[in-house]
Amino acid sequence: MLIDERGMNSEHDMLSPELSSEALAKIDLEVAKYPVDQKQSAVMAALVIAQDEKGWLPKETIAVVAGYLGMAPMAVYEVASFYNMYDLQPVGKYKLTVCTNLPCALSGGVHAADYVKQKLGIDFNETTPDGKFTLKEGECMGACGDAPVMLVNNKRMCSFMLPEQIDKLLAECN
Amino acid sequence: MALIDTINPLLTTGWSKGDAGWSLKDYEARGGYAQLKRILANKMSSDDIIAEVKKSGLRGRGGAGFPTGLKWSFMPKAAPEKYVVCNTDEGEPGTFKDRDLLRYDPHSVIEGMIIAGYAVGAARGYNYIHGEIFEIYRRFEAALDEARAAGYLGQRILGSDFSFDLFAHHGWGAYVCGEETGLLESIEGKKGQPRFKPPFPANFGLYGKPTTINNTETFAAIPFILGMGGDAYLNLGKPNNGGTKLFSVSGHVNRPGNYEVPMGTPFAKLLEMAGGMRGGRQLKAVIPGGSSAPVLPAEVMMECTMDYESIAKAGSMLGSGAVIVMDETVCMVKALERLSYFYYEESCGQCTPCREGSGWLYRVVHRIEHGEGRAEDLDLLNRVTDNMMGKTICALADAAAFPVRGFIKNFRSEFEYHIEHRKCLVDPEVQRMGSGFFKAGAA
Repeated sequence: MLIDERGMNSEHDMLSPELSSEALAKIDLEVAKYPVDQKQSAVMAALVIAQDEKGWLPKETIAVVAGYLGMAPMAVYEVASFYNMYDLQPVGKYKLTVCTNLPCALSGGVHAADYVKQKLGIDFNETTPDGKFTLKEGECMGACGDAPVMLVNNKRMCSFMLPEQIDKLLAECN
Repeated sequence: MALIDTINPLLTTGWSKGDAGWSLKDYEARGGYAQLKRILANKMSSDDIIAEVKKSGLRGRGGAGFPTGLKWSFMPKAAPEKYVVCNTDEGEPGTFKDRDLLRYDPHSVIEGMIIAGYAVGAARGYNYIHGEIFEIYRRFEAALDEARAAGYLGQRILGSDFSFDLFAHHGWGAYVCGEETGLLESIEGKKGQPRFKPPFPANFGLYGKPTTINNTETFAAIPFILGMGGDAYLNLGKPNNGGTKLFSVSGHVNRPGNYEVPMGTPFAKLLEMAGGMRGGRQLKAVIPGGSSAPVLPAEVMMECTMDYESIAKAGSMLGSGAVIVMDETVCMVKALERLSYFYYEESCGQCTPCREGSGWLYRVVHRIEHGEGRAEDLDLLNRVTDNMMGKTICALADAAAFPVRGFIKNFRSEFEYHIEHRKCLVDPEVQRMGSGFFKAGAA
């Protein structure tokens, strides 16, 4: 699987808050899952699609999503700020989220986070100066049997992340 | 891949081929969709199906253990618009069974949901899938496409009068959406803040319509129950604890993973199946039902069987079946600190006792762990939990309080040592090596 789905549409103007026609077509597929008078149900998926395209969620893009779904911008912002995996600030090309919850910690989750911090020279919620990596502390990802567990850019889960595997992953991220 | 072992495989029958056995073709080859076909061909009545599920003794596998057949029978018959919702927002620390169910056998959940739709008279369903397992969400969507193409979903299923469609909805990082009404709010495109109950979802659910919500594993069990009959399923377990159950075993065991065993299996047997204690170390404590369940000391846990009553009698909960195993290298204060941080982070903030209380719990446990505990802190923690439990809209406050009370009750002397000596009872180097992250001798 691709490590990075974000910013994949290279033709698209990343600086404009507008979404590409490809992104809107994806949102349409989500809207179709719900009753015709319940378009708002697609907001979570729409925000993910927007975040994938922009790399993060500027307020202007949130307003574009709101307009497209016929919602108040504040209602969309409430959703974007409630769920942990929406990025309301710019993040690095690779956002690494390490689970440090108890079941993961018993098998090295906290140590894995410390190891990544040391390797990248950053703390949680920081981005490397070259803009490549952002490190986040995550909560239970529902994969405790595979601990230590990390997410790359929200969508790719990496299991059994001992030092060797972390080294490999970091080398893979270019 | 999570290792598995099993006694009486039902739910895990399809897991043996790993990622190569999830497709419709594989599911049909092992008898999949036969129950749906039989129900439609015989025009089975809704009452007969619900009676069979009641007979099976199946109890909700998400954590609450509510009898499934009874829940289905609460759905009003006459309502024109009803929903079936599956809760795969699996975020209770320690729980990872539903992820593997959807990964290796998504069609069993789809068939279970279609049958539920038929039984309660719903024409539409949603499966809410934890945002962190996006690859699994994609697999479920692929399985839905297969089922739709084969005529198991959509208008007039298999030429019958019954129509039902099913869609996947993903979360994006909010533990509270595992609470059923928080989940419904989330599907409606809002913050996932739980609703006051009553009214219950059977009367006022998704979009305000009657809704049946069950856990993923509960739906997956339905085709098997109808296949073997409610009595036979019940007899696999023990009275009032029908069938088999998936247990997610994590922590200090040699083979963490999912294990399917009959309800009532001794904990000692489950531990043995999981390969025993890592490095042959001593068992110290077990959280038997997900992070919200009170922790039990080793000697108590070793006497328990894995069913609702035995674990409740020992002072904890079977919950979602997440068994977190801790050995002698664990500092119990640090363990509780991890959990308390989680509830503090995940409180949705709408109820004051939870929003404020979860922060107090974390901060006080944190200061004990960091050598700044005060003699009165243990009583303070218990007092804060008194002001949280039963005082909020949903059970998250209780879920934050239970571990604190359980840890203090069962390991009080270790907390007192920490406060008095301003350090862990367990040597930090021993703790460090306990996780298995560092190779022996490495810096």
